[in-house]
Amino acid sequence: MAFRAMCALGRNGDADGMAAIIEVRNLRKAYGDTVAVDDVSFTVQEGEIFGILGPNGAGKTTTVECVEGLRTPDRGEISVLGLDPRRDRAELTQHLGVQLQDSQMPDRLKVAEALDLYSSFYRAPADWRAVLEVLGLADKAGTRFKKLSGGQKQRLSIALALVGNPRVAVLDELTTGLDPQARRDTWELIERVRDRGVTIVLVSHFMEEAERLCDRVALIDSGRVVVVDTPAALAERVETEQRIQFRPSVPLDDAVLTSLPEVTHVLHRGEVVVVTGNSNALNAVVSVLARNQIVAEQLRVEQASLEDAFLALTGNHHKPEAERF
Amino acid sequence: MTVINDAPLIPAHRSALAQLTRIEFRLFLRERVGPIWGIGLPVLLLVIFGAIPAFKKVQPGYQGMTILDAYVPILITMSLALLALIAMPSALVSYRERGVLRRLKTTPAGPVRVLSAQLIVNASVTVVTLVVLLVLSRLAYGVPLPRQFGGWIVAAVFAMAALLAMGLLVAAVGPTARAAAAIGAILFYPLMFFSGLWLPIPSMPVVLQHISHASPLGAAWEAFASADLGHWPPALSLVTMAAWAVVFGAAAARFFRWE
Repeated sequence: MAFRAMCALGRNGDADGMAAIIEVRNLRKAYGDTVAVDDVSFTVQEGEIFGILGPNGAGKTTTVECVEGLRTPDRGEISVLGLDPRRDRAELTQHLGVQLQDSQMPDRLKVAEALDLYSSFYRAPADWRAVLEVLGLADKAGTRFKKLSGGQKQRLSIALALVGNPRVAVLDELTTGLDPQARRDTWELIERVRDRGVTIVLVSHFMEEAERLCDRVALIDSGRVVVVDTPAALAERVETEQRIQFRPSVPLDDAVLTSLPEVTHVLHRGEVVVVTGNSNALNAVVSVLARNQIVAEQLRVEQASLEDAFLALTGNHHKPEAERF
Repeated sequence: MTVINDAPLIPAHRSALAQLTRIEFRLFLRERVGPIWGIGLPVLLLVIFGAIPAFKKVQPGYQGMTILDAYVPILITMSLALLALIAMPSALVSYRERGVLRRLKTTPAGPVRVLSAQLIVNASVTVVTLVVLLVLSRLAYGVPLPRQFGGWIVAAVFAMAALLAMGLLVAAVGPTARAAAAIGAILFYPLMFFSGLWLPIPSMPVVLQHISHASPLGAAWEAFASADLGHWPPALSLVTMAAWAVVFGAAAARFFRWE
């Protein structure tokens, strides 16, 4: 993760030096008495993958729907490619590809027909056959929507968002409902799309996805932006303990470990020893074991992840959706 | 013509509406509801009724028409009703249910075009069915072609407007494709009753005849039958259909939701 985060920093470097492609300022949107988005501001730089994260009902989808021009904000300003999403809708739709949450096609529509049709909507579309190729759907061109697997439907949906050759793509809940393999394939695909110069806004409640893909994320909670940063920096903000697990090659006296100032707690789970300590605990444990000529087999270290950051920053009042394979 | 200088316009840019209509037509055929019920059933009934000898006798009170002559416009209204009230609304509502309309909203095409494409497809299929019914009844069963052909076409246009407006209202209020098809079917039976499917209007008791004239398909039958006999459709029948078209159309526009 650290490696990827460094890559992201290297690529994005000084975010301020790059052109903002989306600017959202003080966005507010209420439905009746329910305030969905209270005060949201962020900017998306050209060429980045920008994540919008938050628990269900945080206002993520409403925020991007305002960006897409599907909803009129009550307050605030939005500029996408220098266009106003409501006033300049006709022009914006030419450059903004959108993948909506739970959007289906007619059951009997074939993959190639859908792409051919959607490409006819745009002034300067991509070659839809090439898009099919990139998305690995070329052999499904003649298949009806109903016969596609969940992953294939999702890829078609992404293909439709890209067929207009957009400069910005907004993808909402990209991999929800996909199996692990399809999910990983989709992530790779998104990276390839970005490498072609498309700026991507990714809405997700799935932490692993954001950690893997996003250059920067905005954490939204209860209609407000809690923080905007790189996933790695967010994880670092959370001062959590390290947890070290290993199986000692010879039985071990706990005192060897508990005497270390970095270690707060030691417990045994069968033959496995679990050590909890501060961020320097790993070094201390490994060297004390080495001094005692004990080998730590099956060594595992758990560190703060974006998920921990998420829980810490949203005040623990709700957990991120349990999305386990 | 001025040339827009910021975006290279592709000269062979295809019309989104034409593409949508082409696709909607294919889906209409693949969906099978429209072809089987909207085209197949009226034609099948024509064949059955044409085989009944009693239907070929001139009927007293029918102004010189045989029962079969009276049935041809009834079958025409039936085809109109099946396409406009069942095939079209269930397609449109399923598009709303599945987020197709919403997705179109995010493209330059917009959702209105798919509505137009549906109207074009259903109107075109209706025209083809009407021609098939007229030609088949003339050639196979000797039913005379409408003598006032201009009047007949006017009747067809008004009837189509009333029925498609009604279909749009069904699409507007139907929460799911299944529910829309059910609403369409519930409307279909009384409409067809007053169009004379079970008892042609001239055979109805006077009270039912009055109700029929006020109903969209009863008025349509009256207009078609007059044109068949060589008269211009009665103004009242055209006004009735136009009124239904306006009422249903306005209600549909008021209640239609894209998502």
